[in-house]
Amino acid sequence: MSISVSIPTPLRGLTNNQDTIDLDAATIEEMIDALDGKFPGVKDRLIDPQGNLRRFVNFYVNGEDVRFLEDKKTVLKTNDEVSIVPAIAGG
Amino acid sequence: MGEGLFNHLKCRECGRLYEKKAIHVCEFDFGPLEADYDYDQIRKRISRKIIEARPDSMWRYRELLPIDNEPTVGLQVGFTPLVKAERLAKAWGVKEVYVKNDTVNYPTLSFKDRVVSVALSRARELGFTTVACASTGNLANSVAANAASAGLKSYVLIPADLEQSKVLNSLVYGTKVIGIHGAYDQVNRLCSEIAGKYGWGFVNVNLRPYYAEGSKTMGFEIIEQLGWNIPTHTVVPMASGSLLTKISKSYKEAIRVGLVEDASFVIHGAQATGCNPISSALKSGTDLIRPISKPNTIAKSLAIGTPADGYYAVKVMQETGGGAEDATDGEIIDGIKLLAENEGIFAETAGGVTVACAQKLIQSGKIPKDQRIVLCITGHGLKTAEAIASHIGEPRCINPSLREFDALVSGELETAAAN
Repeated sequence: MSISVSIPTPLRGLTNNQDTIDLDAATIEEMIDALDGKFPGVKDRLIDPQGNLRRFVNFYVNGEDVRFLEDKKTVLKTNDEVSIVPAIAGG
Repeated sequence: MGEGLFNHLKCRECGRLYEKKAIHVCEFDFGPLEADYDYDQIRKRISRKIIEARPDSMWRYRELLPIDNEPTVGLQVGFTPLVKAERLAKAWGVKEVYVKNDTVNYPTLSFKDRVVSVALSRARELGFTTVACASTGNLANSVAANAASAGLKSYVLIPADLEQSKVLNSLVYGTKVIGIHGAYDQVNRLCSEIAGKYGWGFVNVNLRPYYAEGSKTMGFEIIEQLGWNIPTHTVVPMASGSLLTKISKSYKEAIRVGLVEDASFVIHGAQATGCNPISSALKSGTDLIRPISKPNTIAKSLAIGTPADGYYAVKVMQETGGGAEDATDGEIIDGIKLLAENEGIFAETAGGVTVACAQKLIQSGKIPKDQRIVLCITGHGLKTAEAIASHIGEPRCINPSLREFDALVSGELETAAAN
């Protein structure tokens, strides 16, 4: 599945400053592995030592928080837009 | 003045240190960055006496705020009244209640002026000429006004369905108001992406470590206004949970720098039933926050379904032995009326939430009736007038005739006399 991933500023040091990456992945978990294949070290930043998505980072598929979907098992389809977004303060 | 007191940003999770730039999360674990102070130095530099001699504003606590030089934005903000609420205490049958009344904070009538004056003072130090925010309304009002007076350009992004007065209260200052079709959490996500792309100072995104610290001044003021005492119980409304964690931090810092004796305190949280991810996490004994996808409450300023500081807010309440409650729309309206009719203070819906939840915490015994209670009331009621407009009656109209007036009030006067 060809999807596009928007990369938050704190990760761009690892992605040669690219803010969007296109890649093939069928789930969020696979997407993280694919990103890590291209840019080693990304996975550690996104997944905690217990193997869960980190507490302070949010993943959205076409604007929907994956915690309302299937979390890291959320299925992706072609042309999906995934955003990786740090938690931000209230207002 | 601030040199040497505030030196780094520090990740709350792993403790890594970062330069004091416009960044807000740790690159390694996405943990929030927080201002890191040299408390030993601060302890030497300030005292009750020094603070008391300064002007009545939040900047009296300057050494505990994260800017390098003298503040340049919001010099008159803060030092709002701490009102001893004797009639409210009587209504609840408790010994002592105080209202920290940020409905009259300068200039935009909510506690957000505190955070914005720190964020914009820092934004100028960092060289920004355009500032922006994601907002449920109050922050937008404050960014718009304070940016205008500082000569900064501003963009405020808000959910498109906000209360009219909150929208108007941003537009009037000449800011660029962008309404987003979506809930606050979606506005937030968009802003995070915009902040990564445009070189703006986003007060609650890349300036968050500075912004968030401004909330501490509400706590410092409470302490000073109680004659340098920490209240036993403080009830705080929760949206992202940031204010609650910063009130707790202010109490701890005041102890650490020697402004008050060590004392135990309890922090309680208040949310709306239609958006209660933090209070329900605390009640179910977990620190895992389950986000709310579609918040549904009249307390729109608290309608954050994915609260960034929810985890830390739960920790504070657990550590201090605090409780959390939530209030339905009807209870929120009753809370607004209770505060208005007993204390003459007109709070916005978030204030109704705080009053209603405090009442529940008292009724359940979580707050004992013989201990000192402070309610943090964070915004003015005129900002959310439409939420209560149909619940407070209407004026009775008569012709300019004394006879008609006599007829109108005669029944009431007899009743009053009989009492």
